[in-house]
Amino acid sequence: MTLKLDNVTKRFGGFTAVDELSIEIPDREIFGFLGSNGAGKTTTFRLILGLLDETEGLITWDGKKIDYSQSNYIGYLPEERGLYPKLKVKDQLIYLGRLRGMSKNDVIAELKVWLDRFKVPDYLDKKIEELSKGNQQKIQFISAVIHKPKLLILDEPFSGLDPINVEMLKKAVIELKNQGTSIVFSSHQMEHVEELCEHLCIMQRGKPIVHGALKEIKRSFGKKNLFVHADFDLEYLKDIQGVVNYKAFPDGCRLQIESESISQNVFTALQDKGFVRRFELEEPSLNDIFIEKAGESYE
Amino acid sequence: MNKFWIVMAHTYWSRFKTKAFLITTALVLVFIVGLANIQSIIELFSGDEEQDRIAVIDDTANVFESLSQQIVSTEANVELSNYQGSIEEAKDSVLEEEYQGVLHITSSEKNLLEATYFSNQVDSTQIGTQLQNTLQQIKVMMATNNAGIDETIIQEIYSPLEFETAMIENPNGTDQVGKTEEELNNARGLVYVILFLLYFAVITYGNMIAMDIANEKSSRVMEILISSSSPVSQMFAKIIGIALLGLTQYVLFIGVGYLVISLKKDEMVGGVFDYFGISNIEASTFIYAIVFFLLGYLLYATLSAMLGSLVSRIEDVQQLMMPVIFLIMIAFFFAMFGLNMPDSTMVTVTSHIPFFTPMLMFLRVGMLDVPFWEVGISILTMIVTIIILAIIGARVYRGGVLMYGRATSLKDFKQALQLSKKE
Repeated sequence: MTLKLDNVTKRFGGFTAVDELSIEIPDREIFGFLGSNGAGKTTTFRLILGLLDETEGLITWDGKKIDYSQSNYIGYLPEERGLYPKLKVKDQLIYLGRLRGMSKNDVIAELKVWLDRFKVPDYLDKKIEELSKGNQQKIQFISAVIHKPKLLILDEPFSGLDPINVEMLKKAVIELKNQGTSIVFSSHQMEHVEELCEHLCIMQRGKPIVHGALKEIKRSFGKKNLFVHADFDLEYLKDIQGVVNYKAFPDGCRLQIESESISQNVFTALQDKGFVRRFELEEPSLNDIFIEKAGESYE
Repeated sequence: MNKFWIVMAHTYWSRFKTKAFLITTALVLVFIVGLANIQSIIELFSGDEEQDRIAVIDDTANVFESLSQQIVSTEANVELSNYQGSIEEAKDSVLEEEYQGVLHITSSEKNLLEATYFSNQVDSTQIGTQLQNTLQQIKVMMATNNAGIDETIIQEIYSPLEFETAMIENPNGTDQVGKTEEELNNARGLVYVILFLLYFAVITYGNMIAMDIANEKSSRVMEILISSSSPVSQMFAKIIGIALLGLTQYVLFIGVGYLVISLKKDEMVGGVFDYFGISNIEASTFIYAIVFFLLGYLLYATLSAMLGSLVSRIEDVQQLMMPVIFLIMIAFFFAMFGLNMPDSTMVTVTSHIPFFTPMLMFLRVGMLDVPFWEVGISILTMIVTIIILAIIGARVYRGGVLMYGRATSLKDFKQALQLSKKE
């Protein structure tokens, strides 16, 4: 059940929102879909769901084009949250669940399990407008997963939640994955992506600028972070060849170096200068990669 | 198809259960029952009204008798009494409110009647006029009697002229004018009622559809909905759902109306029924009424749904609905004008414009003998228009529901079409 985007292009008049995007989203995995604002993430999701037609290219899931006959197996949490404000949680979910092919009784049974799990069992008969924003989001999340979809699209699922609720939702997402749901997931919080995704793609102006397995991406990025904490002034380190970035902290600095081997030059330069408390070579964070890759075109 | 029913049922019930719907329906029902009992209600207030007592001082001594006979025959609420006493005494008793007024009858030098009416109330002109008319008749009778003319001749002179309008039947029956004045009057009532119903239905239910869609857009639930089932089937499910709601309401109104009217039938003979002429209308007119009503609703509902999909805020609905409301208003005014001259060229021409057809073509079939092929063509034109609108509407809807921001112009219309296209 792989989701495959093959050379997908979407133009709105003269504007190209998605430009020759080719990605493959493996089965039973969480796929991270990143990009700065306006990079074409939501448009891509809408294309996958069939809400928009691609100008060129082909999107297939399990070898078939996605249309409304498969909508019972697809779950969607849109970035713009929305539920009927005047409807009770129960009625709301019954309506949305039935539109995904569930029976009324199944919806109620499932809903109770989910509400218990999210520790809000008394919300069953409350109107949406009476709930806080974070709790509305939980209900919204339930509406996206209640029918046990095989393909789940989560557009910024954790925005606006407190850390406890983020953990709760994250656990639910991982569990869904383990039960066999393929998940496409977009977020601006890089740490969430690093934690959840094995494969990812960074979009920039409709084009994928980074795409692949997280480990691979990090390795091929080449640059590493080097943390040095010492009692003496470290500013001279930035003149060493291969050091591309220098950031000072109160008790040390962080160097970005072109490759692992540069760290040895830094190490030699530190010798006999004084007391060094920390010398640590670190993989680059996704945040670094994102800022560098997506930020390039701004410069 | 299954999801079509789910959306339809949801649209129907979620509207049905609102307080606004239940209250307006109840209010209109109360109004209908009240209207049917209007006779009894009026009588309740006017039943024990006192008779006006009037003192008559008759100096001629022979007018009082015929005057009181005449007054009784006019069924006026006046009681006359022959007052024995002076005028001043009579005026005093008026001030004491024993009498409403004093009528003083004298005869002039030429032996003609003269009269003065004294009253202390401003609203007594009505009684005064009544007394004057009655006295006038007596005077004419006396004068003609004196001249020796027979009373039957007088009656013949004053009896009203018999005047009737009749249409010439055309033997081959294709001519437009073929109904008698009486039939025309009968039809006018029904046409009038249907026109009103259609006008209100389009405005209320069209608005409901547009509001419903705008509501789903502004609350952003739309994106989930259209990822679950196709927007086009949703649009039609909404149109049909609201149509069923309207039918429920109208069946209730007409059902209760029919019930109370048939309960009150005896009291109302010659009243409302005759005016609206429902008692003797051809069955075909009723069928046409239903056909044009449904087609008219569908046409305007599709238009409303299309426009509703363009707005993203509820406040903008009214603004975007304006053209629809103008259209139906123009149709309504044409129809009101046409009620009095159904065979005018203007009515004939406008009855073939799809947006006006439901009102004006129905007006024509209700009041004239329009050949079947002509009605058939107009029905066909309407169906084709509805299909075209539905196709365009479905595409606008599909793009429109994804559009956010202020949508009030034609540009947005174009943009919505573009969104639903591949390019």
